[in-house]
Amino acid sequence: MQTQFTLDARIHGETITEIPHDLYIPPDALEVYLEAFEGPLDLLLYLIRKHNLDILDIPMADLTRQYMQYVEKMRAIKLELAGDYLLMSAMLIEIKSRMLLPKPAEIESEDDPRAELVRRLMEYEAIKLAAQRLDEMPKVGEDILVASAYYQHISEIKPPEVSLDDLAEAWRNVLKRASHFKHHKVSRAELSVREHMSIILRRLKTDKLVEFSDLFDVMQDGIPKLVVCFLAILELAREGLLRITQQAAFSPIYVQINGTD
Amino acid sequence: MAITQPNNIAELKNVLEVALLTSHEPLSLDDMTRLFAERMERATLRMLLDELKQDWAERTMELVQVASGYRFQARMEYATFLARLNPEKQSKYSRAVMETLAIIAYRQPVTRGDIEEIRGVAVNPNVMRQLQERDWIDVVGQREVPGRPSLYATTKHFLDDLNLRSLSELPPMDDFAQQEIPLDT
Repeated sequence: MQTQFTLDARIHGETITEIPHDLYIPPDALEVYLEAFEGPLDLLLYLIRKHNLDILDIPMADLTRQYMQYVEKMRAIKLELAGDYLLMSAMLIEIKSRMLLPKPAEIESEDDPRAELVRRLMEYEAIKLAAQRLDEMPKVGEDILVASAYYQHISEIKPPEVSLDDLAEAWRNVLKRASHFKHHKVSRAELSVREHMSIILRRLKTDKLVEFSDLFDVMQDGIPKLVVCFLAILELAREGLLRITQQAAFSPIYVQINGTD
Repeated sequence: MAITQPNNIAELKNVLEVALLTSHEPLSLDDMTRLFAERMERATLRMLLDELKQDWAERTMELVQVASGYRFQARMEYATFLARLNPEKQSKYSRAVMETLAIIAYRQPVTRGDIEEIRGVAVNPNVMRQLQERDWIDVVGQREVPGRPSLYATTKHFLDDLNLRSLSELPPMDDFAQQEIPLDT
């Protein structure tokens, strides 16, 4: 592992031109490599594909020692990711130790201990390429722009369906309600404005000059009648039949038939 | 005068055209049958849509079929011009997001554990959130193992956004198989 790799990365403004040997990442460079690689599988894949690293040719003891220091420093930052790398090196150590052990004859047919790692690496590699392809595919909002002509949305107004039962039910309700109202018959008071106009004129004919408030029988009449009376006075004044006078502000208002003195 | 019941192919196509052009979401065949008061056979509808597609063949918009139905969209060659109207740069998804999406798309339904197994790193909750907010993935169930982890799958919306009718239109996984990693010592 003497090859010098190049990598475009910077730490504290200094360019790093050396890819980590083996799987060791200097703690200072950690953030940078975490951005460059998606994890230990990604880093391992890079080393194998680009630099023909033999996965067994990694000095495991050194690597492990380095990893332990690294995990110590990482404790405060991103322990979780350190763990992922540590797991990877543990796996490599296991593989290497199994490769080194002499194989008893009876388990000669045992799978190559690296096969599982290779399977994982290749699966990850395929997914990585699939992700790149997905990323390149045209997407709505980027390369695909969906047509949307303006249209004032209106809904079709459907007349509600009515069944014979609905109709019968409605009729029963009408009958029921009608029976409630039977005992509340109110005789409508005939309160026409015109009628009051006559009453007022008749009174003024005899009394000549009446104070405005005296035209209203507040004790006797209800509000509707008082309103009608007031409207009648206004109407009489409009038609020029009444003369309404007041000497000063807040003094009594007097009403008399126009033309009388 | 308003057309209440189209009685020839040209009018039927016009109704479909205006509905598709004014809809914000793709229209399914079911949506389109509702446009007509009288019964409309799906086969007829497909035939009309095919013709409509032909009619627009030389235009700037094209009629395409995606997972949720049919929609009109600008032909891809105009994207560069249209992009100038919205100069803000489209932010890219991180590799973590795209790889997670690829795993869910190709291996679905999958749990977080499955994703971690393939990528070799823990799944960042932020990654899942981004994909869910985009409505590209959702939870389709739980795996019946301790902890009952959620199973994730891609949505129709994902297919719509990638201009696909079904997952089978994704580039086949075989395309990504690389040469074997040599094992000789």
